[in-house]
Amino acid sequence: MSDYNFAYLDEQTKRMIRRAILKGVAIPGYQVPFASREMPMPYGWGTGGVQVTAACLTPDDVLKVIDQGADDTTNAVSIRRFFQKTAGVEVTEATAEATIIQTRHRIPETPLTEGQILVYQVPIPEPLRFLEPRETETRRMHELEEYGLMHVKLYEDIARHGTIATSYDYPVRVEGRYVMDPSPIPKFDNPKLSGNPALQLFGAGREQRIYALPPYTQVVSLDFEDHPFVASKAEHDCDLCGASDSYLDEVITDDQGNRMFVCSDTDYCRTRRAAGLVGRLGGEAA
Amino acid sequence: MNARIFYENSETSQEFRCAERPLLAVRGLTKRYGERIGCAEVSFNLWPGEVLGIVGESGSGKSTLLSCLAGHLAPDEGEVVFATAEGPRDTVTMSEAERRRLARTDWAFVHQNPRDGLRMGVSAGGNVGERLMAVGARNYGAIRGRALDWLERVEIAADRIDDRPRAFSGGMQQRLQIARNLVTGPRLVFMDEPTGGLDVSVQARLLDLLRGLVREMGLSVIIVTHDLAVVRLLADRLMVMKGGRVVEQGLTDQVLDDPRHAYTQLLVSSVLQV
Ligand SMILES: Nc1ncnc2c1ncn2[C@@H]1O[C@H](COP(=O)(O)OP(=O)(O)OP(=O)(O)O)[C@@H](O)[C@H]1O
Ligand SMILES: [Mg+2]
Repeated sequence: MSDYNFAYLDEQTKRMIRRAILKGVAIPGYQVPFASREMPMPYGWGTGGVQVTAACLTPDDVLKVIDQGADDTTNAVSIRRFFQKTAGVEVTEATAEATIIQTRHRIPETPLTEGQILVYQVPIPEPLRFLEPRETETRRMHELEEYGLMHVKLYEDIARHGTIATSYDYPVRVEGRYVMDPSPIPKFDNPKLSGNPALQLFGAGREQRIYALPPYTQVVSLDFEDHPFVASKAEHDCDLCGASDSYLDEVITDDQGNRMFVCSDTDYCRTRRAAGLVGRLGGEAA
Repeated sequence: MNARIFYENSETSQEFRCAERPLLAVRGLTKRYGERIGCAEVSFNLWPGEVLGIVGESGSGKSTLLSCLAGHLAPDEGEVVFATAEGPRDTVTMSEAERRRLARTDWAFVHQNPRDGLRMGVSAGGNVGERLMAVGARNYGAIRGRALDWLERVEIAADRIDDRPRAFSGGMQQRLQIARNLVTGPRLVFMDEPTGGLDVSVQARLLDLLRGLVREMGLSVIIVTHDLAVVRLLADRLMVMKGGRVVEQGLTDQVLDDPRHAYTQLLVSSVLQV
């Protein structure tokens, strides 16, 4: 641990990132450029999120890292180990015990509370990129609130699929001002973005952007009057814990085509099972 | 069509039509590219419902002028006063935000190459619907209905609504670009060689369509062209450019029947021989 500065990054870099975070908090949904640093892991591994976490961590923090809702994937385990090694902070899998949660592709099911920070790993921060590849132009569009294009994207979705088929990375408008990409969380999680008591920070390493939702920010998912936004999930209960309100992963259980649905949030599922709640296959599995 | 008489080259007689203001009043418009002149000291009025043709040889400054008028290029000198809903405003000095808002709402721009004016990765319906959505339309069914209506008006079959323009012929692409521009009922339409680059029979059909739309909608248009057929059929008034300057202007019939400037004479005679 003595080989590194606390949380790997040097203090000057952390100050630079904190300034970007503060600016992001001051202008909710606005993408703040920052000088992303090389991190000892590949870009796809969430270097943006890792830098934001590094800039926020204090020795007293309790860190949780999830990947698609799970604490035990390679990605989550590596990032957690990275901060155990470089910052010596305490880690946890329990959402309620964590002070900082770094996440890829999910918002935990357990409601977050004031004082917690949720750090998202973001691959592509620009929601307008899909239809307008020119960076100078997308920046101008944000500046002038020219957001018609976002609805063109949704229009195309309905024209092609009969319904808004976008199921993750679903675009939102922040406090009636900036249109923002919530990172590839399922649209099921979109309602949790809004009015959340926790501070939500978004870091894109390769694209060098940070943006933020301060606590209790109003976040609205874009839609049409006659095709309203729906926070959909699989029409099942969790086969392990029986939860009907959590986002589910479909798991193929054998080569006969049998499958089961389980909570993508492993901590949520385990906590429920520990409390004696059982799903359809809860007895036999796990 | 506006049955108004234009008294040529007479500021006083234009001002005589007292209550009405020009839609666009251009004064001393100059754009240089370094030492080279793009266009110089161009002045004219465009009245509501009027179609103004701009002709001239290649490099005479037509596109430069049009780009300055539409706010795509910043002129070095001069003013372009547009009659906005809130009254006359110089679009050269207004903020870029205001100018872009005008471009989304009151103005339309039809490019020579449909690729410059269409989103090639978006369906025909999405292309037509974009301007509606840009000004706040949020009902999918209504947007699609308007798109269908406009596809029909530009003679594109309804069952092509979900196809991308890549799958369209050049003429269809150009008609789609026109539908996309006119769907919000713009108050002023800029066109840069809308029939250029198409083969002759396709040109004729497009021209016919344009003429119908101009008449039905009473459009105010500034149209750049090489094609005197376009001018004869569409333009009420004509401006001839050479070397960046306006060398002759007047009612279309007048200019074509009795061309004063040597270049205009050449232009008319060369076309009439074809
Ligand atoms: N981006 C540019 N940089 C430098 N010079 C330019 C530029 N665009 C145009 N010009 C010059 O300005 C003059 C007017 O050009 P412009 O494109 O406006 O002519 P045009 O009448 O539209 O010609 P064409 O009929 O070929 O389209 C020409 O001398 C041209 O070379
Ligand atoms: Mg030109």
